[in-house]
Amino acid sequence: MKPASFDYACPTSKREVLATLSEHGQDARIIAGGQSLMAILNMRMTQPKLLIDINRIEELSYIKLKKSYLAVGACIRQTELLSWKGLGEAVPMLSLVMPWIGHVQTRNRGTVCGSLAHADPSSELPLCLITLGGKLVLESTKGRRVLTAEEFFQGVLTTACRADELVTEVRFPLGQANTSYRFNEIAMRHGDFAIISLAAVVGVNEVRLGVGGVADRPVVRNFTVDTELATTLNKMAWSLNAQDDTQASAAYRRQLVRELGLRLIIEGY
Amino acid sequence: MKMKTHETLAVNNSPCGIGTSIDRVEDEALLRGIGRYADDVATLPGTLHAAVVRSPHAHAHIIGLYTDKAIMMPGVHGVLTGADVAHLAAPFPVGVRQPMEHWCVAVDKVRYVGEPVCVVIAENRYLAEDAAEIVKVDYKVLPIVVDAMTACGIAAPVLHDKVGSNVVNERTFRYGKPEAAFKKAAHHVSLAVAYPRSTCSPIECYVVLADYQRATGTYDVLSNFQGPYALHSVMARALKVPGNRLRLRTPPDSGGSFGIKQGVFPYIVMMGLASRKVGAPVKWVEDRLEHLQAASSATNRVTEIEAAVDETGRVTALKYDQVDDCGAYLRAPEPATFYRMHGNLTGAYAIQNLLVRNRVVLTNKTPTGLNRGFGGPQLYFALERLMHHIAVELKLDPLEVIRRNLIPAGAFPYEAAAGAILDSGDYPAAVEQAVREGGLADLLGRRDVARSEGRLYGVGFSAVVEPSISNMGYITVAMTPEERRKAGPKNGAVSTATINVGPLGDVNVHISSTPAGQGHQTVVAQIVTDVLGVSFESISVNVELDTQKDAWSIASGNYSSRFAGAVAGTVYHAAVAIRDRLAVIAAAQLRVEVGEILFADSKIYIEDGPSLSFHRVAGAAHWATNTLPAQESGALRETAFWTPPELMAPSDDDRINSSLCYGFIFDFCGIEIDQITGAIRLDRYVTLHDAGRLLNPALVAGQIRGAFAQGLGAALMEELAYGADGSFLSGTLADYLMPTAPEVIEPTILHMETPSPFTPLGAKGAGEGNNMSTPVCIANAVADALANSDIQLPLTPSRVRELIGIDEPEAPEGFSVDAESTALEGGSMLHASDSVEIPATPEQVFYSLLAPEMLEAIIPGCHKLELEGEHRYCADVTVGVGPIRARFQAKVQLSDLAPPSSLCLSGSGTSPMGSAEGRARIQLSSLENGGTRLDYQYDAAVGGKIAAVGGRMLQGASRVIIGQIFTRLSRQLSGETLQASLWQRIVAWFAALLGKGGRQ
Repeated sequence: MKPASFDYACPTSKREVLATLSEHGQDARIIAGGQSLMAILNMRMTQPKLLIDINRIEELSYIKLKKSYLAVGACIRQTELLSWKGLGEAVPMLSLVMPWIGHVQTRNRGTVCGSLAHADPSSELPLCLITLGGKLVLESTKGRRVLTAEEFFQGVLTTACRADELVTEVRFPLGQANTSYRFNEIAMRHGDFAIISLAAVVGVNEVRLGVGGVADRPVVRNFTVDTELATTLNKMAWSLNAQDDTQASAAYRRQLVRELGLRLIIEGY
Repeated sequence: MKMKTHETLAVNNSPCGIGTSIDRVEDEALLRGIGRYADDVATLPGTLHAAVVRSPHAHAHIIGLYTDKAIMMPGVHGVLTGADVAHLAAPFPVGVRQPMEHWCVAVDKVRYVGEPVCVVIAENRYLAEDAAEIVKVDYKVLPIVVDAMTACGIAAPVLHDKVGSNVVNERTFRYGKPEAAFKKAAHHVSLAVAYPRSTCSPIECYVVLADYQRATGTYDVLSNFQGPYALHSVMARALKVPGNRLRLRTPPDSGGSFGIKQGVFPYIVMMGLASRKVGAPVKWVEDRLEHLQAASSATNRVTEIEAAVDETGRVTALKYDQVDDCGAYLRAPEPATFYRMHGNLTGAYAIQNLLVRNRVVLTNKTPTGLNRGFGGPQLYFALERLMHHIAVELKLDPLEVIRRNLIPAGAFPYEAAAGAILDSGDYPAAVEQAVREGGLADLLGRRDVARSEGRLYGVGFSAVVEPSISNMGYITVAMTPEERRKAGPKNGAVSTATINVGPLGDVNVHISSTPAGQGHQTVVAQIVTDVLGVSFESISVNVELDTQKDAWSIASGNYSSRFAGAVAGTVYHAAVAIRDRLAVIAAAQLRVEVGEILFADSKIYIEDGPSLSFHRVAGAAHWATNTLPAQESGALRETAFWTPPELMAPSDDDRINSSLCYGFIFDFCGIEIDQITGAIRLDRYVTLHDAGRLLNPALVAGQIRGAFAQGLGAALMEELAYGADGSFLSGTLADYLMPTAPEVIEPTILHMETPSPFTPLGAKGAGEGNNMSTPVCIANAVADALANSDIQLPLTPSRVRELIGIDEPEAPEGFSVDAESTALEGGSMLHASDSVEIPATPEQVFYSLLAPEMLEAIIPGCHKLELEGEHRYCADVTVGVGPIRARFQAKVQLSDLAPPSSLCLSGSGTSPMGSAEGRARIQLSSLENGGTRLDYQYDAAVGGKIAAVGGRMLQGASRVIIGQIFTRLSRQLSGETLQASLWQRIVAWFAALLGKGGRQ
């Protein structure tokens, strides 16, 4: 379990990163916390020719409270965000969700943007971002794009990020008044990849329910809370094309979308 | 040597002595991270490193192995192939008489995913793995069988042609008068159960350092092998050398073992041969993927068990029909999973009528072997589930059924139906103690409250006999009495211990028990301090084993919980021998009777009389040998050997005392089930142990906690999963889940001590009990909570929720389940369907698919596509999702051509990441707008590393990759991107095809 050989670059500015990415494109891979990449690198499931280490880019290490969102730069570790003082007030959902990401040790290394860029369908942060309706900032030498989470996540480990682009920032919408935030996750052990995770934003008349770990990406639906809620949840459960795997059956996952989804919404209401 | 029992122990009861919970002497090094494990041992200059090329297929002929490119790579010194192995070595000897050939490297056929195909040896592991990726292997894939019962059938593919059947051993046994008992019985209660494949995976995987010494033809190997050292003979036979030409050594520390490190032995042979081939020392460190997929595991078993039961719930006879799935090869010491437990098949119960059928079957899975509890988890899962089920069927209290069947107090030593001589115990008293001290009444009250509130709460019980100190002859029960007579008797279990007292009076002990963290050094020092009266801290205990220099025998090693009963007792004998010699020397010096001599506080003295320092008396044996009494030889070294006479060879009527000691365990637990998620919360767990005399209660508690955690894992989450296609699906610790500290509650541990009359110190083994008792105790609690007898391990939340019942609402319009894989076990078999709309006519779509240029353009990551035959191509493609990519050498084929409406596109290939094959059925229909609707349905299967580590993402990934083919086709054929030149080439190619009459 040793990686294939690769070159290593450790730029100190964003500009340098983008220039290097532009030059090497597909052959290069960004490494930040390495909590997903190191494992697949060591298993030789990915064999980039060049690894670009962004750990020393100070300009990407920021958490900024903006008018309508919380901006988190590419070098912010999950632990840093979780322990950021105003988090519970600014983005209550993140305070709920982040303790479920891996373990203290992995959160100390893993970055917020790295988890999003990796786009594991069972990861908590992509689910959180898509449920909140957040955005990502992608930059390359050609310019910058701001994509919604729904545009960004395209499938298993697949995003709209082009080979020459770097996810430089993620924007979590701020918590709203008269809205409650709920999260639940089912896994065999705390810190495992979720068998299913659910996040709900429950407003006065409207609910946004996000489901992770079932489809090939996190999926969010908006619906109104009415007498048809059970039918709506059933439709959502079936629409995710749940699969059997060694840990859980598709029927189980659908059932939890219905039952835990309902429980989450009622709790939030 | 005269045996002494615990009552007559000549010991000092020193503050660190036998029976105290002294801190472990091992921990200073282990907790500071300065232990010396196999990977820490210094390597010889010029040591090379090995990487093993493994099969991605569960069953295939090797039709070509191409290593020339790998050998040419810089830093690569050689490749050990199956042909080399066939030339230099022999197949491993097998425990049953079958023409089954198992080599350390596959010779012509692979039979499980992960089977070694060749070994690349290079200057470092990185280069070795680089070269391993370059080795090309051509396989002809064969039909597979993964299910044990299917493998028994006559229609199943046969793994070993020379054997002719997958059932490699079958024996039936009859003890007492079972037929009469069944005929007479008021009730027959039966149950069919299966025990899954799990593994007590150690933190440290296998390590081998091999150095072939050409001058003497000696294989000098250091490995974290755990024994049993009977396997030394198996390795020597495979290497075709006498035993003294295989010098096998172990390092000071081993990072967990649990039986699994028995399975390193084929790699000891492999790396020895690798060293011989390249003429340099070779080191190999197994990685986690290699370990999980191809090391070893518990044996999965299918059991049908039936009891003859009278009106009161008393069992008068038992009938077992057991099938053990030993994987692709019967690897020594299998089929020991059956026979380790054979003598005590009737468990803790007084049942003298017994019928048994044992079948050993081979399937396309990794070979099995020792795993903590060895045979016990499988046996007791059937027996104790049945006892619970008897209570349910007869509407009795489960505890009452256990009580009515226990072997009565005062019946010990008790000869069980199949020959176990249960050495000591008081099972009824133990049960009552646990009920009382463990708070059963309170637990049942909690169940009542929970149930009255509509919650799902269950209480389970298990009563288990825990064997220890295996009889080296038990495995011969797999042979018929006649075969045994021909082969000669096998029995006994020799232990060794050596004590040396140096010229400064320093005490050094050596044992051949190769521990893996249990604390053997601590207990040995406790015994020696008690006997010799020297300080605990001054004693050094060496546990490294060197087969060329140390005392050892075939039973040496770390297994069958043999340390406390056998090894510690032998240390006691060696210490007494040293003490007796010192007493003679001291008596001469003091001019007193030998019988008056006492040992304590590093002094040798007589009561109220003169005293000598220990080091002075011991020193005389080295420095002043002519002052010693006449019978003294000088120097002070004693090696004790001990084998219990109770371990006889199997009798002609197949009775076997399979172990020397039998501890008793009684467990009960309360669990609550979340009605929505199906998650099991362990509310309370009580475990009572009678392991005879406790040498160090803290270490026993450590053993119980560890075994309990592993038993809990086996009950709730652990399974080495295989797909229906034989692919292995649990290749990382994110796939193979083991409980960690937060998932394990603190069990209530209770003790009872009825010393064994058969071991020197009265101790029995206590290392494996909860691996045997805990899975079934939890399973019984779940059966109780759900009033359901169909309990399968592991009890994952999904499985439990399905037992509760999922009353699924109808799928809404437009959704169906047809895209799902067929079953939980289906694993890597992927299917899905989808469609795209293409702005071209069906004819255009159809014929462009027949054009190689088009195929090359639409297959994602296609570097090169070469025509091999009509509609058959050879392609070089890189496929993947996100950062994960694999380069495949693929065969692509179009078939079932029915222009212009349907065809099949199929492909298969291998890459260093594994194998993949798929087949898409394509239907074309014209749309009103002149375009085409392309519907496709595909089936795909992946094997090797991709399946082992990517399980939960495979479906999504295959959807992305296959979807890309058709979206790219659509894009190619839509006016904007279709280049005129490409279209012209397609038309030209089509014309040529028509011209030669190739239209089908």
